[in-house]
Amino acid sequence: MAQAFVDISNVAMRYGGVEGTLALKGTSLAVAEGEFVAVVGPSGCGKSTLMRLVTGLWPPTEGQVFVDGQEVDGPLSIAGMAFQNPTLLPWRNILDNVMLPLEVVQPHRGQLRAKRADYERQARELLALVGLDGFEAKFPWQLSGGMQQRASLCRALIHQPRLLMLDEPFGALDIFTREDLWAVMQKLWLARRPTVILVTHDLREAAFLADRVLVMSSRPGRIIAERRVDLPRERTMETTYTKEFQDLVHELRDRISDARDAEEIADAP
Amino acid sequence: MPPKALRSPEALAAAARRRRRLEAWLPWLVIGGMFLIWEAAVRIFAIQPFILPAPSAIAASMVKWWQPLLTNSWATLLTTVIGFAMAIVFGLLLGVVIGSSVLVYRGLYPLLIAFNSVPKVAVVPILVIWFGAGFWPAVLTAFLISFFPIVVNVATGIATVEPELRDVLRALGASPTDIIRKVGLPRAMPYFFASLKVAITVAFVGSIISETVAANEGIGHLMLVASSRFDVPLVFAGLIITGVMGVAMYWVAVTIEERTTGWATRGQQDPRLAAGG
Repeated sequence: MAQAFVDISNVAMRYGGVEGTLALKGTSLAVAEGEFVAVVGPSGCGKSTLMRLVTGLWPPTEGQVFVDGQEVDGPLSIAGMAFQNPTLLPWRNILDNVMLPLEVVQPHRGQLRAKRADYERQARELLALVGLDGFEAKFPWQLSGGMQQRASLCRALIHQPRLLMLDEPFGALDIFTREDLWAVMQKLWLARRPTVILVTHDLREAAFLADRVLVMSSRPGRIIAERRVDLPRERTMETTYTKEFQDLVHELRDRISDARDAEEIADAP
Repeated sequence: MPPKALRSPEALAAAARRRRRLEAWLPWLVIGGMFLIWEAAVRIFAIQPFILPAPSAIAASMVKWWQPLLTNSWATLLTTVIGFAMAIVFGLLLGVVIGSSVLVYRGLYPLLIAFNSVPKVAVVPILVIWFGAGFWPAVLTAFLISFFPIVVNVATGIATVEPELRDVLRALGASPTDIIRKVGLPRAMPYFFASLKVAITVAFVGSIISETVAANEGIGHLMLVASSRFDVPLVFAGLIITGVMGVAMYWVAVTIEERTTGWATRGQQDPRLAAGG
């Protein structure tokens, strides 16, 4: 069998030496190229740790991480990241913020000076796609939280990464803004088709966006259930009111509850 | 409050203008008021000029001695600015190194604090032994006293880059140098300018300390000579000129700060900020 695009096998991660916290244990996960996978789980289950392992920011304590057939042993430049906090740079306007990765990632870095106009056009197109046309010259602090997060998504995508890692990117937004951004995210994914790993604790968000939802146990985290989402694209807010969608969310909810009950029984002396 | 809501935009704008005008004039009013009270107190209580001279006596002394005052304050300004410039260069470099490496921070910081705790007046005689009395001890004292706040502030700015932002850049393959250049340094700039405001004023303290201990010119030297002749109005004239120079240099630092790091004071609706960045 051909290796998956992202392949994590039996990984463990422990912080702070031998006596430290065990964040992940026996975690395995495979994601095909172009797939949208959501990882859900209770808070503190090591979801963010998983992200950092996949992007090579931290090496695993045990096990191996492969991306695109290569073992990950350092930061991956084919990855884009977005976090709950938009982390835009306040001294740059929106356009320059979005173009930041191009100043860092090769081969764009070497071509930026020569092809500046071309790259700028790409950034403007991307901003238009998320509804931020006309805001290029504004500074991040002049924008609302939802708009900042849109810009942050553009920054994660500008260098056309093959892998997009999203760590609860909509977690700090109000429900209306969040639902708007789900649609924006889906549109971006349909337009670019990167491989996406979305970490979230919002089951509706996972069901709305993903092709496949993985459920993690509480710490030490591992994948305990998996559910394919066969709802047709392009999904809309109407989709979320269908019985299929509601059943799916219920099922995910039950699986997480089961997992937590099982843990409590296992933990009991 | 309905009646307030009915106020016309023109009336509100006029009120805002009046307020801005008052804010611009306020420092001058306060300074003028202080001199008036001072003058009145000296006259009413008949205080002797060699204890506390009246502002009018100080002004007369300034007119009388304008030439030595000018040459000596020019000398002080020069030594201070050179020492301050050295502090900026050295402080920025050391701040970046300390801020970006935990190892250097741990190793160097106690030494820096120890160094900063040493009274600079005690260092001047050593500098005089090394460089001779005059220009260099004053420059170096200004430098020694003013580099510490710059180092600490720049290091803080660089060391407190958000971990997530660091991750975003590292995940793109950014080197530590990239991260410092793209994020650390711009982020440290507001801290840097805040420290300049402190550093420039203490730089004057440094050069004047050195001038009063060992120098043949400078405003500190002039005050020393004046006080040995009991020319107290001239001593006060020196003090006032020092204060004026300090405020002037502070103002220069603030102006540069506003031009370059307006983004850091976002939310304050200053038209100067919107254009910058």
